[in-house]
Amino acid sequence: MAKNQVMTKSKQRNRNNVAYLFVLPFVVVFLIFSVYPVLRTLYLSFTSYKGFGDPVWLGLDNYKRVLTDKFFWRAFGNTLKIWGVNIIVQLGLAFLLTILFSDIKYKMRGLPIFRAIYYLPNLIACTSVAFLFKTLLDWKYGSVNQMLISAGITSTQINWLGDVNIAPYVISIVGAWMWFGNSFIVLMAGVQGISTDYFEAAAIDGCGRWTRFFKITIPLLKPILLYTCITSLIGGLQLFDLPYLMNGPQGGTAGQPNGVLQTAVMYLYKFGFETRQTGYASAIAYTLFIIILIVSIIQFKWLGKED
Amino acid sequence: MNTVGYKIKKGILYLLLIILALLCLLPFLLMMINSTRSGVEITTGFTFIPSSHLKENWEQLFKFVNLFRGMGNSLLVAVPATILCGYFSSITAYALAMYKFKGNKLIFIVNVLFMMIPAQLSLIGFYNLCMTLGLVNSYIPLIIPAVAAPGTVFFLRQYVQATLSPALIEAARIDGAGELRIFHKIVFPIMIPGVATMSIGAFIGNWNNYLTPLILLNNPEKMTLPVMISTLNAATDLQSNQGAIYLGVAISVIPILISFCFFSKYIISSISAGGVKE
Repeated sequence: MAKNQVMTKSKQRNRNNVAYLFVLPFVVVFLIFSVYPVLRTLYLSFTSYKGFGDPVWLGLDNYKRVLTDKFFWRAFGNTLKIWGVNIIVQLGLAFLLTILFSDIKYKMRGLPIFRAIYYLPNLIACTSVAFLFKTLLDWKYGSVNQMLISAGITSTQINWLGDVNIAPYVISIVGAWMWFGNSFIVLMAGVQGISTDYFEAAAIDGCGRWTRFFKITIPLLKPILLYTCITSLIGGLQLFDLPYLMNGPQGGTAGQPNGVLQTAVMYLYKFGFETRQTGYASAIAYTLFIIILIVSIIQFKWLGKED
Repeated sequence: MNTVGYKIKKGILYLLLIILALLCLLPFLLMMINSTRSGVEITTGFTFIPSSHLKENWEQLFKFVNLFRGMGNSLLVAVPATILCGYFSSITAYALAMYKFKGNKLIFIVNVLFMMIPAQLSLIGFYNLCMTLGLVNSYIPLIIPAVAAPGTVFFLRQYVQATLSPALIEAARIDGAGELRIFHKIVFPIMIPGVATMSIGAFIGNWNNYLTPLILLNNPEKMTLPVMISTLNAATDLQSNQGAIYLGVAISVIPILISFCFFSKYIISSISAGGVKE
């Protein structure tokens, strides 16, 4: 044992040096493909870079332009509107399902099969979902209008994706259709982590279902709720695929009809990859990031505070 | 408890769950039926009875795009990316969890920080970098970044800490095994359930990824499946035959539907695991 301890010091140092070798590939790739692009975008956001030549330093000009660009704020507002309705439907549905499947009185069965079916739309590529719904919702020949008319629910075709008052919510609902299963699984996993003793004890004490929900489930789910809210906000403000592909006859960044489907990242994409105002697009990216950061901090404070 | 009212209520609840399940499946069913119908048939109304125009739709679709090529390209990206992500995330996570070395904390903190950063923040810098390195239309920028996957490293680090006993590694060292050999022969096999969980997620993410290949790939020969599907938007001759569009979507969806039948249990446990990070 004593001999062992003498050797340990130098051996341990050698051993820990091996760890550098283990993390080396990660660190190198991480620096090149994650850290550098983020810093490069930051640098470009202060320049007039157009995708070629040398970037010319502009200071804060791009940011001043973003803050007063009413089309950026329109796109930002569109994103919030689409995301807001989406998250209410998506989390609302997921919550209802969680309450139902964790109810100790009804003891609903079949959770694995329902959960699998509800999760299925998540696996399909956004592009495929976008095309599927674009075709199903086609106002003239789409199956949805045909079904509604033959069921007598409506007498005229509804222009799902062409009406400025309907189209944003259609995107929200398609998004909710895709993602509610994911929220449900995450919330359900959280509830299953709560001991059923709490619920049974509360039931014996005469607490109703809703009291149990608000006094036990919600407080204990707080960390997961926080996680879900922040990831959904980060994901929601990045909304791109669905509206990009579903708007107008051929998709694109215009967000037809009338720009109501133009989201913030579509706006960024337009400057970054279509009109090649790379510097300006970088400033849009950082402005969005700062907004996400502020809202995340507020969410942390609000949901994370002790009662 | 087993009163009539209770049974009726329970029945209604099951009915609602089934309706919701049907709403999840109906679009896929309509897709499959419509892909067998001709453009003219689709304009006349909907039905649940398949028709006989699958072959025509197929020919018309493949005149425009070769979706199997897209599928092959997607595999060419997603398989190596998943393997790299699984292997390098495990070795990184193991080193961060089990070794004391300078910079360990720093790497971990930066790693967590980057889990919070939205992808659009690096999009322009990333494209700019690929241009400088001459990697536009190459799969390298779609595959190599998988070596550094912050979310996976974070998860696997927790996993190692929870499942691996340091005494086991100590025993192997006393037997004279080298550090890398210990990782390959002892640590990695123990980590496999965790790695598999994360790899399924990584594969799906890579397979479905749209924005990054969209900006990087403009050569039709190289396009991955989602990018190829998105080009259907510009196919004006196809727009007159919705049957062909449905078929295109169906071909992209069916492999996922089939694999889901086999892997749904693992996929769902991977989501649950991701959610309980706290």
